[in-house]
Formats: sequence, structure tokens, C-alpha cells
Amino acid sequence: MGDILVVAEHLNGELADITFEMLGMAKSLGGTVNVALLGGSDEMVGQLGVAANVYRVDCGSDYNPESYSAALKAVVDAKSPQVIMVGNSSMGMDMANTLSAQNGLPMAAACKSISGGGNTTVEAGLFGGKINVTSDLGSGACVVTVAAGSVSADDGKADGSPATESIDMPATDGKVRFKKLIMPESADVDITAKDVLVAIGRGIGSKDDIEVAEELAEVLDAAVAASRPIIDAGWMPKSRQVGKSGLKVKPKVYIALGISGAPEHLEGMKGSSTIIAINTDKNAPIFDVAHYGMVGDLFDVAEELTEALE
Amino acid sequence: MKIVVPLKQVPDLVEDLDIDDNGISLDYEYLKMKLNEFDDHALEEAILLKESDGAEVVAIAIDGDDVDKMLFTALAKGADKAVKITGADPYVDNHALAKVMADAISGMGADLVFTGVQSAGDRDGQLGPIMAVHLGAPSVSVVTSVKVAGGAVTIEKEYSGGMMAEFDVDTPAVLGIQAARQTPRYAPVSKVRQIQQSASIDEVAAGASDGAASSSITKMAHPEKGGGAKMSSDIDEIVAILKEKGVA
Ligand SMILES: Cc1cc2nc3c(=O)[nH]c(=O)nc-3n(C[C@H](O)[C@H](O)[C@H](O)COP(=O)(O)OP(=O)(O)OC[C@H]3O[C@@H](n4cnc5c(N)ncnc54)[C@H](O)[C@@H]3O)c2cc1C
Repeated sequence: MGDILVVAEHLNGELADITFEMLGMAKSLGGTVNVALLGGSDEMVGQLGVAANVYRVDCGSDYNPESYSAALKAVVDAKSPQVIMVGNSSMGMDMANTLSAQNGLPMAAACKSISGGGNTTVEAGLFGGKINVTSDLGSGACVVTVAAGSVSADDGKADGSPATESIDMPATDGKVRFKKLIMPESADVDITAKDVLVAIGRGIGSKDDIEVAEELAEVLDAAVAASRPIIDAGWMPKSRQVGKSGLKVKPKVYIALGISGAPEHLEGMKGSSTIIAINTDKNAPIFDVAHYGMVGDLFDVAEELTEALE
Repeated sequence: MKIVVPLKQVPDLVEDLDIDDNGISLDYEYLKMKLNEFDDHALEEAILLKESDGAEVVAIAIDGDDVDKMLFTALAKGADKAVKITGADPYVDNHALAKVMADAISGMGADLVFTGVQSAGDRDGQLGPIMAVHLGAPSVSVVTSVKVAGGAVTIEKEYSGGMMAEFDVDTPAVLGIQAARQTPRYAPVSKVRQIQQSASIDEVAAGASDGAASSSITKMAHPEKGGGAKMSSDIDEIVAILKEKGVA
């Protein structure tokens, strides 16, 4: 097994969980685990105790797709790792794909597990989580993006003082220029603080019908949360979005109404203590993470539940 | 401003997806295909920019089943031109698709290329940033806002937890669109039919594929159901669970 390079992800001055999840995953592969810390701070180095070496590139503290991709390429060209692990995140999508195309490296996206020794093989949940696909990336260098929440972050967390090495930032064309970070809008309700969430997905069909979920939420002293399409349609504020680009929630009970269970949604709610899913599709991936499920029309179920609880 | 939007059909995820007997691909024979949801957003954002700031919008796709219908629908929605690439496999992985698309797009004089941020079967990465490398253009994924003012392009890229960042981007650039400013419009069948009578689809031949480094699929399987939910069909059971958890 050659060296493994984990690309640390950080946002707004803090290392993201995916960094530690990847470190945990990398550790179990058996090779030497190194980290590429692009931008980032001295304090972050101290949290990367799992790494043998931390390669640092001074590419600015704010993420920029162009400069961070150039910085990653510089590390990979200098250190020739076998497996390059990048988060399957907004930033990771830029960097991993760019590196794969620039260096002609095979790539697999959204991986849940990875095994090495000989050829690198990975498993990913594709097609909205409906199909597991195993890929063989060969025995040479490859790029793997890792789906958030695939493993616990605990295994990758260790304080320490790994050896650090600075790698020169290559020149870029400056075609992409960072302007500012935009913080989330303030919320009327904090869905991360609720014991019970009634979450709605595209199955709700129309804005007017959200009322059905609100009525159920009221009898349960719950808040209504939603999947991304509901927010994109402008039916609910962004502060109610659960998932990859929304919030991570861990309520006592999460009731999913008409949500298919795409990996990007599961990322935000699979840590809930009890998940109850209602969906008309018996093969909906939400039933793979739910503790209790009911195949049926969400309107019937929500109304009956509200009545029974009133 | 010229905006090129590559379009791709993917399996409708609400349907059951069957695996071919070979165990390493989907069985496309009975599969219901539809326009990749995020490509629809990319097209919508391009058409919105055309309406607000003036732009020429070109929809492009690899030839295959129902591709004409998809392209005529794009024209009916407001695209100015539709191009189909002939002689290439529409189901190739993204590294190969990116090469074919970049070859077809490179001579078009595009200022912006909008791809969907991802598509349902993205096994080997995402189309946009890979294509950008072939085009020698910068790329940004997960874009939720594009503003054009006097040739300068300002975008918003989404991170997690509702956090975003704003960037200025030089053209030509490739942007992976996550969501258009509004829900993608719908083109009524009558309008698509009408366009079919009056408009035509340009054709270009696919360039040679370059044998880009790729990986191979060794297995496809449905997730195991074993660890899944305890299924119930009785509302009282759900009520009992809620009571047991102390929330009702
Ligand atoms: C970079 C990126 C970030 C993303 N971030 C997020 C995120 O933060 N959060 C998020 O949710 N998504 C996110 N997504 C989108 C994600 O990929 C899915 O598109 C989305 O989660 C699907 O939402 P849904 O389940 O509501 O809709 P669908 O997948 O369309 O599912 C609707 C479900 O409703 C069921 N249904 C229909 N009618 C009924 C009925 N009457 N009764 C019961 N069931 C019914 C259907 O069977 C189906 O399973 C992201 C995507 C990308 C690319």
C-alpha cells in the first residue's frame, strides 16, 4: 500500500467533520496517512494527530476553487501519494475532479467504503442511494471522494504534533477571485434544537399542502423541516433545510414525509435517534436508514396521525 | 454573452432500477429516463440570464433515445439553439463525456458553460470541473446564483449549514449549477410540438475519445434491506412508538 493523502477540509476557520471521517477511513487502509492542509491554521495541525506528515500550502485562508486546486496539485506532484481522499463536498467536488482531469488519475465519487492492498476498490451509493456500485481503481494513483457520514469521525480524531512541511504555492491565473463569505440567514425556528421534526420532501406536492405537516407538527410540539427541493421552490426558508448543504439534525424523533432519502439528505439526519419514514415507494432509500417505515400516502398518514394524537 | 448548457438524461429515480444480468450496469431496456434534475436548473438559470441581461443559450447533448425530444423541449423553454453530438455513447462515464463535450464546445465561443452540479449516476466524478480542465477554463461547482454585469460574472457557491461564498469569475468559465433562482419552467407539449415544426437541431460529429484514465465497475447491487426499517401499516403502532419515545 502506497501513501494516502487526505485533503483536510475547513470552513470559517474550523476543520470539518469529513476531515476526521476520512482520516479514520484512511487509517484502516494500512498505508502511511498524510494530510494536505491547504490554507488552514497552526491550530488545525494540532488536531491532525492521525497524520504522519502534514503538507501545508499557503493558498489563503478562504477557499478558492482555482488556488486550492493548484495547491493540491502541487502537493500531489511533490509527494506522489497512491490514494488521494477528498470530501464529497462543495469544495471537494471542485478539487478532486480538477486534480483527476489534470493529472489523468482515475476517480471514484461519493464513496462509502474503500479498501486497499493491491488494487484500490471502493463502494459508492449512487442513483439517489438506490444502487451500490463497486469500482476498481487499479493499483496506481487514484482520487476518491468520500461521502460525509459514511464512518464515525471519532476514529480520525487525535491531538498530536505531526511533522509539517511547507510546499510552495504555484502561480495561478487569478481567474477566480474570492469576495466574501456569506453567513446563514437568521432563523425563525432552530430545527437543530427540536426534539421532534416533521420533515417534508417533494412528495408534499404543493406549498399549500405543507399545512398538513404543520398540523402534525403542532400536536407533537415539533418543527417542520424539509428537503432541498422544498427550499429551492421557495416554499420554506433555508433555515429549515436538512442535509448536505443544509443543517445537521439529531432529534429524538424525525418523521420523514415524502422524502426519498438521497445521500445528500441522509447526511443531515441519519444521526436522529428514531427515524419514521412514510413514502409511497417501498424501495425508497429512506427506508434503509429509518427505524420504522410505512408505505403509504403521506396525506392519509399525516392526517390520521394528527387525529389520533389530538 | 453565449451560454452553453450540456444536457443529459438519467434514470427517473422514483422508478425501480433493475440491474442488468451482467451485474455491472443498469438494465436500460425498461428504464424510464428523464432530464437530469440539475441540468434542468442549469438550463433555467441560463434562460433567466438571457431574459434579464441578454444572452444566447445553446443546449447540447449526445445523440441517443429521446434526445431530440429533450432538445426541442429546451428550445421550447427558451434556448436559442440545440446541438446534438453524433457517434458517441450517451451512457459513457463523465471523464469520457467531458472530453466529447469539450471537443464539441471548444469552437463555439462560449462565455459560460452551465452544467448540472451533478447527475444521478456520477460514479467517476462530475462533468463540469473535468470538462473545464479540457477547455482550459476555471470552474466552480455548487453554484446557486450567477450575476452578469458588463461582462463581469459574480457567483455564489454554497457550502454547508447555509453558508456561502461570493466569487468573481473570468470568462470563459464552467459553472456547476445547483439550483436556479426559480423552479425550472415547464414547456407544454403543444409548444414543444410547435417548435419541432419550425426549428431544427444542429449536428456535430464526436471527436476521438482520448482513452482517459478510468476505473471499472466490478459490481452493482441494490442496498441490503436487512438493516432497514421495521415496516408497519397500522397508525396505532406509530402512535405507540411516539408515546414510547416520550414525544407524544
Ligand atoms: C451538492 C448537493 C447538495 C445537496 N444538499 C441537499 C440538502 O442539504 N438536503 C437535501 O434534502 N437534498 C440535498 N441535495 C439534493 C438531493 O440530491 C435530492 O435531490 C433531494 O434530497 C431530494 O429531495 P426529496 O427526497 O424531497 O425528493 P425526491 O427525491 O423527488 O423524493 C420524493 C419522494 O416522495 C415520495 N412521494 C411522492 N408522493 C408521495 C405521497 N403522496 N406520499 C408519500 N410519499 C410520496 C416519492 O416516492 C419519493 O420517494 C443536494 C444535492 C447536491 C448535488
